[in-house]
Amino acid sequence: MKQLRIIGAVCTAATLATTGLAFAQSDGVDHAKADAEFAKFRAEMEDSNPAELFELKGEELWKTKRGPKNVSLAESCDLGQGVGKLEGAYVKMPRYFADADKVMDAERRIVWCMTEKQGFKYADIAKQPFAKGNFTPDITSLVTFVAGHSRNMKFAIPMNDPKVKEAWEIGKEITAYRAGPYDFACNTCHGSDGKRIRMQNLPNLSTQEGAYKGVFGWPGYRMTGGVMLTSQWRMNDCFRQQRFPAPKYASDTVTYLLTYMTGTSNGLLYKGPGIKR
Amino acid sequence: MADPMKIRAQMKGDVCEVRVLMSHPMETGQRKDGDGKTVPAHHIQTLTVALNGKTVVSGQTGGSVSRNPVFGFKVKGAKAGDKVAVSWVDNKGDKRTDETTVA
Amino acid sequence: MDLLRRTVLKGAGASGVLAGLLAAGVLKPTLAYANDWNKAAFEAKDFDVALKTIGAEGAAANAALVMKAPEIAENGAVVPIDVTSTIPNTTYIAILVKKNPFPLSSSFEFANGATGDVSVRLKVAETSVIQAIAKADGKVYSAQKEVKVTVGGCGG
Repeated sequence: MKQLRIIGAVCTAATLATTGLAFAQSDGVDHAKADAEFAKFRAEMEDSNPAELFELKGEELWKTKRGPKNVSLAESCDLGQGVGKLEGAYVKMPRYFADADKVMDAERRIVWCMTEKQGFKYADIAKQPFAKGNFTPDITSLVTFVAGHSRNMKFAIPMNDPKVKEAWEIGKEITAYRAGPYDFACNTCHGSDGKRIRMQNLPNLSTQEGAYKGVFGWPGYRMTGGVMLTSQWRMNDCFRQQRFPAPKYASDTVTYLLTYMTGTSNGLLYKGPGIKR
Repeated sequence: MADPMKIRAQMKGDVCEVRVLMSHPMETGQRKDGDGKTVPAHHIQTLTVALNGKTVVSGQTGGSVSRNPVFGFKVKGAKAGDKVAVSWVDNKGDKRTDETTVA
Repeated sequence: MDLLRRTVLKGAGASGVLAGLLAAGVLKPTLAYANDWNKAAFEAKDFDVALKTIGAEGAAANAALVMKAPEIAENGAVVPIDVTSTIPNTTYIAILVKKNPFPLSSSFEFANGATGDVSVRLKVAETSVIQAIAKADGKVYSAQKEVKVTVGGCGG
């Protein structure tokens, strides 16, 4: 983890100019109007958000005795606020868990509870960890259920915990790390203001406003494909879009990135489970 | 049995606003999956909304209604405490009924 | 569509006839609609054929039939459409998406206090006119709106 080396120089403005992103606003589209329409559209969709269906499913999974050890998560899983305690747990992760000796985000912690407390195998969960087609994995519904208990609460991950601070710093380094066949880093798309790909505005993750946009609505019901997806999925998909190899499911790298974005968003309100394009 | 729906029935003045979120894949029968195979049609065909046992809305849908459909209706003559039941039947004969109390 | 209902709806049009029949129990919403899904209408690929099959030919535009739809839908998979008919005795609303492979999306019949109001979320394949059809007292009305559907870039 700490041995992560940054190979190559951090992007400079000059380098960015050659990546061919949409800087120009002269494409004949009224983006301000479109953005306003999209905001209205999403607000409408948030009322009766299909994510609620997955919260229902997650509740059943949380409360049922399952796995080889035949134990429920409600009676065995500590998300940082005490065993079985759900209120405000989601917005206080990622956090350091002494029993695992790791900083963990919500999804990773629930997976840990499923393997350590219920006896499920990581390999089985990691085989198909994200929703696809008509399949939604149990872990997704569980994350949605847990997240629902932090609705409208302020992000408050323990940044004064040295382990969390360290994870945040590494996450920041990762966003500047260029790799893959296109030599992209997260910062290539998310490192400065005013960038856009077609109709989608790209948040600047190095600012609080931008980092917040990356975390306030996940897990979210994605209209494209009609599936429930989590922030672990979103990081995985970013890697795919950069033409990077897929990150290991629920690995340190993803936790560091989530710690970086969530820590930067401390103090702002969590609005999920949300609805996404 | 099929997954439960979420029904909300609220009085707004003298009108009861009913909002229902259903769990259903609503496959058109035209979509191809990751392996290139066509996913067969699987969607809700009929639905009903009943107030205290009396049908107030009878609907029919095809596959072009969105996945995990949401419908909204308005009913006059309802009051807090009344029962609103929503039912659906799909093209495979699968069905679901859920009920809520008017708030 | 049930022959008796079609005759009544197309008939003299006096609301009293319909009300009388409903009161007499001749027209029973529950029995008439249970599972008799209008296959011909939902499988019609041509917009005009779909209109004809639901008996909406010659529908007249009416300001009392209002449709709310986004001007630009961020995602064509879930487009929220609201239809409100303040035309008295509205008993039926149908919504069609002109450019969809099967234009008829849904239809609703109202009775026993349900008003001519419906919200739906539809799949819109491409930028298209959405048309609402309402029936009241034996007459047919229409309203339409175009919805632009964008292709998105990155997810999030």
